[in-house]
Amino acid sequence: MKWLPTIARLALLALLVAFVTSPGWFEPLLKPLTENNAPAIYNQGSLLTLTLLHLRTVAIATLAAIVVAVGLAILVTRPFGAEFLPLSRSLVNIGQTFPPVAVLALAVPAVGFGEKPTLIALFLYGLLPIFENALTGLTTLPANVVEAARGAGMTPAQRLVKVELPLALPVMLAGVRLSVVISLATATIGSTVAAKTLGEVIIAGLLSNNLAFVLQGGLIVAAIAVLIHDGFLALERMAARRMGRER
Amino acid sequence: MIEIEGITKRYGESTVVDDVSMVIEPRSITVIVGTSGSGKTTLLRMINRLVEPTSGAIRLDGADNRSLPGYELRRSIGYVIQGHGLFPHRTVAENIATVPLLLGWDDERIRARVEELMSLFQLDPGEFSGRYPHELSGGQQQRVGVARALAAGPNVLLMDEPFGALDPIIRNKAQEDLLAIQKRLGTTIVLVTHDMEEAVHMGDRIAVMDGGRLLQYDTPDRILAHPASTFVDTLVGASEKPFRLLSLGRVGDAVEEGPAEGEPIAADASQRDALAELLWSGRPALPVRNANGRLIGKVTVDGLVRRAACPA
Repeated sequence: MKWLPTIARLALLALLVAFVTSPGWFEPLLKPLTENNAPAIYNQGSLLTLTLLHLRTVAIATLAAIVVAVGLAILVTRPFGAEFLPLSRSLVNIGQTFPPVAVLALAVPAVGFGEKPTLIALFLYGLLPIFENALTGLTTLPANVVEAARGAGMTPAQRLVKVELPLALPVMLAGVRLSVVISLATATIGSTVAAKTLGEVIIAGLLSNNLAFVLQGGLIVAAIAVLIHDGFLALERMAARRMGRER
Repeated sequence: MIEIEGITKRYGESTVVDDVSMVIEPRSITVIVGTSGSGKTTLLRMINRLVEPTSGAIRLDGADNRSLPGYELRRSIGYVIQGHGLFPHRTVAENIATVPLLLGWDDERIRARVEELMSLFQLDPGEFSGRYPHELSGGQQQRVGVARALAAGPNVLLMDEPFGALDPIIRNKAQEDLLAIQKRLGTTIVLVTHDMEEAVHMGDRIAVMDGGRLLQYDTPDRILAHPASTFVDTLVGASEKPFRLLSLGRVGDAVEEGPAEGEPIAADASQRDALAELLWSGRPALPVRNANGRLIGKVTVDGLVRRAACPA
């Protein structure tokens, strides 16, 4: 029974790969959802290409969010940066409260249609969980361990790299996980401004009243989100277990 | 040698350490004892500059401890804290290698040093070097903490309640091990504790602190016999004094001529243990054997009771 979750995930991964590489196999399953002999499988582009572009957009936005959010969290937990904490919190919170759709609408006039406005929206939306978790991780370190690092003669930079960041890693990974999962879903709306994402399939379905399109676009995004979520959880557990913190 | 000269630390209005001066002899164990809030930990942390003094100076072997950047100074001074503070994400070997790595030793030298220390602290390198701290018992963690502090061969070892988190049986063993290792390496140890028993047992000299002031700095027997103030007397514990005095002496120093019946006691046991054994077994005298197992005389209740009296 212990292996059941792993087997289920492998099966889901196999199904996902099969669907995006050979969607034709699944046509009979989706056919009943269409009307007036409409196509059951998205036919205005390759599902595989859209999936890869979708992942690319999320990856770029998340990486940028990690760099900025972790950088900010490090800055505000140093003695010289502590006074920037309230400011950083406000900035990051604004990023989260501003609806991504509104960001898209505002970004298009500035940077044009395509992937760029989507990247901006996802980047701003993904900052908060990564920042807050990195902050939690860096401010709840065991005091005697940090004290021992100082006492051993580590410089502030050495303490950060050798002790503080590794110890905060599990909590920081949890923040990245939340951010990635949110971005995977949110990226679909990027297709309203002509970004190449799986949202294209869903929007095409909505426009032509084709339930099969909507369903396949949504299911691919959901499957990817579940798999990436679980992957990150496994990473977090590994990092935490090494430190003897069972979770 | 550590020379502490007129050292004071103030946080705002409150004075935590108030004009303390003392000289700590090389190769000795000095125990700073006091209640919580007495300033003993702050005093200790000013030696390796984890805390910067408000005024005064501390010299290590003649050199002002401000002549180096703080982090470089701390690499040359061992530091052990309560609850050991081992790095949970690093193995035992990596923990011990912390300071040598910071000093840029080459891999081979670090590996040899780590193995040497692990053997010294009775941790089999083959079995323990790859383990993580959470996989060790409390006593083993404590030993790794001390081994890490001694890794780069410092002349001075600062210890802040190093045995505080251990249960009594392991604590006794850890104290004995530390005494043996100190004798072997000749490290100057400054140890902070709130436990007078530990201070009398471990210290060549004891510094009693209260309210940031150094009340008395003397050898254990003189602290017991001539407490400088009522506070020191209270800290020593009036009802404990004769027994603490006995615990300082070895049975070998109290041997009298003549035979005695029963199981012999070792000459290097403490006189307190001998008295306890005599009282418990209801005998007036015990035979004493030396390290070679030869009987060298006896130790008596009367003799020990005389030694437990306040020295004039």
